[in-house]
Amino acid sequence: MNWLDTVIQGTLLGGLYALFAMGLAVIYGVMKQINIAHGDFIVLAAYLALGIVAATGLHPFLVIPLAIVVFGFFGYAVQRTILNRTIGGDILPPLVVTYGLSIVIENALQQTQSADPRSIKLGALETASVPLGGGLAVGVFPLVMLVTAIVVAIVLEIVFNRTRLGMAFRAVSDDREIASIMGVRDKRLFGYATAISFAVIAIAGVFMGIKFTFTPSLGPNFLLYAFEAVVIGGMGSFWGTLAGGIVLGIAQAIGFALNPGWGILAGHLVFLAVLLVRPTGIFARTA
Amino acid sequence: MSALLETRGLVAHYGDFQALFGIDADVHEGERVALIGSNGAGKSTFLTSIAGMRRSAKESIVFDGAPIGALDAADVAALGIALVPEGRRLFPSLSVEENLAMGAFNRRKGPWNLENVYSLFPALREKRRAPATSLSGGQQQMVAIGRALMANPRLLMCDEISLGLSPAVVKEVYAALGVVCSEHGVSAIVVEQDIELARTMSDRAYCFTHGFVSLSGTSTDLTREAISAAYFGV
Repeated sequence: MNWLDTVIQGTLLGGLYALFAMGLAVIYGVMKQINIAHGDFIVLAAYLALGIVAATGLHPFLVIPLAIVVFGFFGYAVQRTILNRTIGGDILPPLVVTYGLSIVIENALQQTQSADPRSIKLGALETASVPLGGGLAVGVFPLVMLVTAIVVAIVLEIVFNRTRLGMAFRAVSDDREIASIMGVRDKRLFGYATAISFAVIAIAGVFMGIKFTFTPSLGPNFLLYAFEAVVIGGMGSFWGTLAGGIVLGIAQAIGFALNPGWGILAGHLVFLAVLLVRPTGIFARTA
Repeated sequence: MSALLETRGLVAHYGDFQALFGIDADVHEGERVALIGSNGAGKSTFLTSIAGMRRSAKESIVFDGAPIGALDAADVAALGIALVPEGRRLFPSLSVEENLAMGAFNRRKGPWNLENVYSLFPALREKRRAPATSLSGGQQQMVAIGRALMANPRLLMCDEISLGLSPAVVKEVYAALGVVCSEHGVSAIVVEQDIELARTMSDRAYCFTHGFVSLSGTSTDLTREAISAAYFGV
């Protein structure tokens, strides 16, 4: 096997995992909530994109902006109508409610879309590649995923660290009560955070639908990848999450290269190793 | 002259425990009111109730003629009520300057901005990029006070701001508070453990005992003996 090629392919796959993870990190960072239905929303976004492509004939990449807008509003609505009721106090209600959402989404998709595997077709771009020299080449589409993940990380870093909204996000995360006496309307703010998370989910969903063949039941796997990437990277910055996704991608690629059955396992092992050795995550900001 | 803030029969509970038993108090425009009393007398609960951190009966708190007891904290803040909370409670992930900026989140117009807060507390200027919780206790207290001033409040409530400050800084802070109140017509409610300090910096004082007002009056009229008697509830 070609190690360099394996690492490059893993890095590119890591871009997708980073996109999975950043949406989760936004919600955890602001609300300290884990959205158990995160993976199912990614799958839902893929079905939405598939439906839009089928209905309009648009190129999948052109569907992304539309999916971002639709999912952004959807996320705001989900937070304001459902998830805000679970915030504050015990950690269990958000887990139980999002777990319930996960079951509802999966079964609703099963019912309406059937369990047949689907995928979003990209046409010629699917197999297009850029030669790197030395017999190496990278696919155009995986490259687009990685670049998008980097752009999303940059945008999120700017939003969280350079804007008034981001300052309010961090303040609410630190001390919700004190932020509210400064005039922060926390429930609305939580709606904005989930809208941002869902916008990232929309991007991740479209890319996932192109990269993989998917069924309604894949959500929990994607939640796990997202969760692993967040933990590997460590909380505190989206660069960490991006790096965590890439580490996970490389681990899986190396595992796959060694034995086709070991890919996913290798990812899990790296995740467990990080939990053992550095539970705050490799790239966590240590105060 | 009608009061800026009135509480009428204000009560507060923590579960089965009742912390306030019908507090009647007034604060007039530009007035400085001290709250005196032992730990657990209900002073902080009184302030957090006014700030909207806990729900009260609608009519039990009236600000500028409007009942505000049932409002959300954010709506109370928008009216110009700011609190320097007990224990400072700065935002640890925010820098000093961001903490101050959070105080101005409502964008209320008024004399206070970053520049003026840095003039009041010059020590903060050079630390403005540092995480707020990396500062010394006294400097953190300055950030907490500055953050409340940044709201350009009409009513400024301070919960034990002298805690952790050197006597010199305490004097400075109260002098600044006096200027804020007299020059800008800001009203203040100050919880202060030091009875002498509380008397000299305030126009009027209320003594809290076990959730009741046990004594109130003009600060100059209240004798040390009367306060001591009220303080210990004898």
